[in-house]
Amino acid sequence: MKEMSFSKIVGVFVLLLASWSPLAVAFAETTLKIGMLSLRPEPPPVLSNLDPIPPDLVIAGAQLGVEENKTTGKFLGVNFELKVFSTDDITTALDIAKEAFQYSRFIVVDAPADLLIKIADLPEATKQLLINASSPDVHLRQENCRYNLLHTIPSNAMRADALMQFAAFRKWRDLALISGLHDKDIAFAEALKKSARKFGLKIVEEKIWAFDADMRRNASQEVPLFTQDLGEYDLLVVADELNDFGRYISYNTWLPRPVSGSEGLSPVAWSSVVEQWGAAQLQSRFLETAGREMFPEDYAAWAAVRTLGEAVIRTKKTDLEGVRSYIMSDQFKLAGFKGKSLNFRHWNGQMRQPMILATKRAVVAQTPLQGFLHQSDELDTLGIDEPESRCSTF
Amino acid sequence: MLRSIFERLALHSLIGFIFVLSGGLEVKADEMWITNEKDNSISVIDIDRLEVLRTIPTGKRPRGIIFAKDYSVVYICASDSDAVQVMDPETGDILHDLPSGDDPEQFILHPDNRHLFIANEDDAVATVVDVSSRQVVAQIDVGIEPEGMAVSPDGRIAITTSETTNMAHWIDTTNFQLFANTLVDARPRHAEFSPDGTELWVSAEIGGTITIFDVSTQSEKAKIKFDMPRVRDRLIQPVGFRFTDDASSVFVALGPSNHVAVVNAKTYEVEDYILVGRRTWHLAFSADQSLLFSTNGISGDVTVIDVADRKAIKTIKTGRFPWGAALRKTN
Repeated sequence: MKEMSFSKIVGVFVLLLASWSPLAVAFAETTLKIGMLSLRPEPPPVLSNLDPIPPDLVIAGAQLGVEENKTTGKFLGVNFELKVFSTDDITTALDIAKEAFQYSRFIVVDAPADLLIKIADLPEATKQLLINASSPDVHLRQENCRYNLLHTIPSNAMRADALMQFAAFRKWRDLALISGLHDKDIAFAEALKKSARKFGLKIVEEKIWAFDADMRRNASQEVPLFTQDLGEYDLLVVADELNDFGRYISYNTWLPRPVSGSEGLSPVAWSSVVEQWGAAQLQSRFLETAGREMFPEDYAAWAAVRTLGEAVIRTKKTDLEGVRSYIMSDQFKLAGFKGKSLNFRHWNGQMRQPMILATKRAVVAQTPLQGFLHQSDELDTLGIDEPESRCSTF
Repeated sequence: MLRSIFERLALHSLIGFIFVLSGGLEVKADEMWITNEKDNSISVIDIDRLEVLRTIPTGKRPRGIIFAKDYSVVYICASDSDAVQVMDPETGDILHDLPSGDDPEQFILHPDNRHLFIANEDDAVATVVDVSSRQVVAQIDVGIEPEGMAVSPDGRIAITTSETTNMAHWIDTTNFQLFANTLVDARPRHAEFSPDGTELWVSAEIGGTITIFDVSTQSEKAKIKFDMPRVRDRLIQPVGFRFTDDASSVFVALGPSNHVAVVNAKTYEVEDYILVGRRTWHLAFSADQSLLFSTNGISGDVTVIDVADRKAIKTIKTGRFPWGAALRKTN
């Protein structure tokens, strides 16, 4: 019944559009192409294979986003297309990127930070708009920011601030930090330390996890000893961005203390446990199309594609500056299923958004928490605020 | 006002007492029916006493609720049961389910008292059901997450708003075809025609606005923005709203700003903000429109507003996540 009526309705609608809808005049058949550039190197091995990284991570979010854009577009004579350009062979990454640039000016990117900068600095990239959907590195929003690069994935600074707000709110003032040795661990640990200072908390002890033993066998013996000399603290913070050792920490610490950070209570852009603010609908659409739960990177890619969709639908423009200037303007508001409208910081192109503090089972809190005030926008209590911005190309 | 409530309460307990003595032939008060989204139940509030009289079990995740024009049955969107349930309001028994399409969230009953227009939130479809034959008459493809439903007073136009597509879809009720699709601000939740049918109002939760359309041209006529002192714009999220019968005012539930706004329906000025419970969603008037009831999702209660005074006068605890509200006239 549904399918039969569909073509009829579109037919009637096109007729009506052509005859008298004011929208048709300004907006005859337009197509916005969006490229999805997936340059994800093979991840290093981890202790447990319990949570494999889905092969369509990030991509599935972009695909759902474009389907949603299409549904809106069909009522307005705007079409959307998404093409995926991907490789895990980083030596060919720049060529693949150039190929994507040929396809569209608007590219959602999943790539490590160093590669992302190289792509943004390609001579061909000056007439591109890139949206970073996976790299949380702070320097991409600071000294390494680029005019042609926006970010829908929250920075490590936003994640750290969300967690520290919660610790401060609970009056857990003394923290202990365990960090892995991967660059991503170190980057997140740096953000956590900076954020602890920002919110007046103290990291009383810090340790590097350098064990190479198999923790599925040894966790209960090793972790109590490893955490014995952390001293007195309220909350253990773990920087284990590859999900290597963090899962073995909880309940094995010398002192009975909650675990947070990459493990336990985690500050994330999105989680499958988010259900308020209409999120249940987004979750079920994603589950239906991708056949799995929605990760933060999927959410970021979805938000990137929806951002482009909103800009084109609202402005009726598809040129680079037209789209970019609307996205960066005060008019731009994206409904992101987190209870507040989302938009972009004009000083570094980072998407403002509430952060979720979640366990595997529930949303523990949504930040910014009440009481953390800001002179213009409470969402800017999370991450790099304008006065501390070192980005000069915006 | 407070005094009059006490008087009213005293009077009613006295009347109740007398009727208990005399064998109980009390004239029943009108009722406000509240769907509790996360309790799978309806709280029935006695409008004279402002108390919950009874709690009736429903299907899963009840949201939209509407009475037949003669109040003989009540229709309930049991979203997670994928059904519209038809209930006898006297007994609370489910008489039967109507085929509703998946995940019915909101609906509106056509003035013919026969066709229900249902928004199927998970399916990007609006379903039209004939309540007497219990058949689906039409399914109309609309935008993503259809929610708000309205029908014009003359019954010729039905509206669906789609939360993620951000549009009001205009449906010709004679052939169930779309004849216009108009963009509104982010996340439209609710739509209502003005009592004379010349205007369509659509609230946008994340956009924080109400867009007013001229029905004859489907073009935007005005946009209402809300500006509350000491409340951040992002928290001002208009959801449900209702016109007064005399078409002079519109009361608007403003979500997590925990206020109901009063808008002048002629000048479009916002005249007042009334403090209610947390994350207020939908509204319904008593029969004489002296009282307005707001469902407050987070605080799990209903706020009763004195319409003339524009003040909250009582909070009534309901089930978890009260969502919809509908008046049941009993006499």
